[in-house]
Amino acid sequence: MARFRTWVGIAVAGALGISLTACSSTGGKRAEDARKAAAAQGRAAVNTPRWTFAMITHSGDGDTFWDIVQSGAKQAAVKDNINFVYSHDAQAQQQAQLVDAAVDKKVDGIIVTLAKPDALKAAVARAEKAGIPVVTVNSGSEQSKAFGALTHIGQDETIAGEAVGDELNRRGRKKALCVLHEQGNVGHEQRCDGVAKTFHGTVQKLYVNGTNMPDVQSAIEAKLQADKSVDAVVTLGAPYADTAVKAKGDAGSSAEVDTFDLNAKVAAELKDGTLGFAVDQQPYLQGYQAVDLLWLYKYNGDVLGGGKPVLTGPQIITKDQAGALAEYTQRGTR
Amino acid sequence: MSAATDGDLRDERILQTSPLRKLLARPELGSVVGALAVLVFFALAADGFLRAASLGTVLYASSTIGIMAVPVALLMIGGEFDLSAGVLVTSSALVSSMFSYQMTANTWVGVGVSLLVSLAIGAFNGFVLTRTRLPSFIVTLGTFLMLTGMNLGFTKLIDGTVSTKTIADMEGFPSAHAVFASTLTLGGVDVRVTVLWWFALVALGSWILLRTRAGNWIFAVGGNQDAARAVGVPVARTKIALYMGVAFGAWVSGQHLLFSFDAVQSGEGVGNELIYIIAAVIGGCLITGGYGSAVGSAIGALLFGMTSKGIVFAEWNPDWFKFFLGAMLLLATLLNAWVRKRAEATK
Repeated sequence: MARFRTWVGIAVAGALGISLTACSSTGGKRAEDARKAAAAQGRAAVNTPRWTFAMITHSGDGDTFWDIVQSGAKQAAVKDNINFVYSHDAQAQQQAQLVDAAVDKKVDGIIVTLAKPDALKAAVARAEKAGIPVVTVNSGSEQSKAFGALTHIGQDETIAGEAVGDELNRRGRKKALCVLHEQGNVGHEQRCDGVAKTFHGTVQKLYVNGTNMPDVQSAIEAKLQADKSVDAVVTLGAPYADTAVKAKGDAGSSAEVDTFDLNAKVAAELKDGTLGFAVDQQPYLQGYQAVDLLWLYKYNGDVLGGGKPVLTGPQIITKDQAGALAEYTQRGTR
Repeated sequence: MSAATDGDLRDERILQTSPLRKLLARPELGSVVGALAVLVFFALAADGFLRAASLGTVLYASSTIGIMAVPVALLMIGGEFDLSAGVLVTSSALVSSMFSYQMTANTWVGVGVSLLVSLAIGAFNGFVLTRTRLPSFIVTLGTFLMLTGMNLGFTKLIDGTVSTKTIADMEGFPSAHAVFASTLTLGGVDVRVTVLWWFALVALGSWILLRTRAGNWIFAVGGNQDAARAVGVPVARTKIALYMGVAFGAWVSGQHLLFSFDAVQSGEGVGNELIYIIAAVIGGCLITGGYGSAVGSAIGALLFGMTSKGIVFAEWNPDWFKFFLGAMLLLATLLNAWVRKRAEATK
């Protein structure tokens, strides 16, 4: 035991010593802090009462996309003097319960995603009954109005898929592979169906387990090895684009990798031509607008969209635009 | 076990056991203390946690776990695991929904078929376990994976999408909705009907464990399977019945999912089996079997419901929820072990 303790002591001391002496002069936390300090100091720009808005999404734990939505919402919350509360659960039943909890808390506004609309119908109705305004974001454009929400902010998944199909045609592709990383997500199915609708070639769906990256990589790799005629791989989330690139390399395939959504890595790979194009739905805007629209409704009774969804996408991003976006993806707002 | 020895045993215990000792020896004591602590904590830390409407939400959240935690606790007392319990809930809802829709039958027909299918899957688990003598961990892991695949595969095959079509406009839906997913107003509080199902199942589970011969069999096979077999306990039958009990719980939960949401997502339920096991363990069930209670599982589920919703009411960062859950699991289990040791040492 004593000897073990000595070893642990040496290891800890060594690690501390190395971390103190071996500083990096580029990147890392210090560079990030400098960027943050340079950004505007958040202060409320209005003098309305401090309302509480709750956002409840269907995100799983630790999802990059939803971090960006949240950062948009938080930015707007600071500006509008809002107490912003976020909660999420990937399971529909749990998500509905979280909406119930927000209603119980008597919050002043609710922002909710309708990825599983049937499951949330009752909870949203309960919010309406309690007189709490609801804005839907990201998914559920068809149901939003029927459920009585003020507005829906997001991307129509079918339209986004169609935009990808058109872009693939422009690039002269013949056979696309659509990689679905979340089995049971209706929006993902719509995206792939949208691609199939406008794409002149054939589209094949490949289901992978999105919570397990090595599994995603090997599944795409196996598919590309088995079918050499695939010349485009479309992933439905930014983190999976890079994985598809690795799989393509290992499989020795020459397919072009394209993706939905952005992150820093995707922006960099668009810039150096590793990826063909990305289709962005501007998640930052979804979070920001949702909070802002609720504020506008509370302050001035304003409603945007005229009963139609307010679309934040699709925006096709290629090599030409990627350079300008690199900085924004770095700070986690694109 | 003859009446004479039975009497002797009881005498021996009465001689030395005070009511307090009896209380200390209850499996659920540790979790009761934990639940009270969590309740007081969130009452202070979370604004609006003690409101009637909030408690209704907490009870509902607890009931959706608790309905499954009761049969899972019984199974664990019987010394086995069921890792397929989470997705079985989804399977049961899918079968019910798709059968009604495709056959254009009254929704109650789907509900009945779903019960049969669920019980068959439970029986399959128990049967494979008792026949192959493989550990239940392996057997039900296999079932879990097969069901996950079948949920998605069959739904895509039959419905063409990943979620079922709505059955809200079909005959029998209103009455089934009333039974499985309605909301009752009791004294100004909205109580979901699942809470009643949950209480009923806890009562039933407790009665089986404490008042019936089957209950003794469950403790016996969980405590020492070979000894139980030697004294004539039908081990195989008991275990198959326990798995069918879990299937029954999954059927109730599944119908609730279906009738409260009209449509079912085929990919859900994965991971919930561990939550049921956690609820049972926090409630005093031993992982090794032979010890535990149905009431304990209910308190475990209540702890879970309070924590998951309390964090929301307290406006904390939900990223930490799993951390609290893990810490709570460890603390509750340690408390249980400590209480039990004290109880046994002073017998």
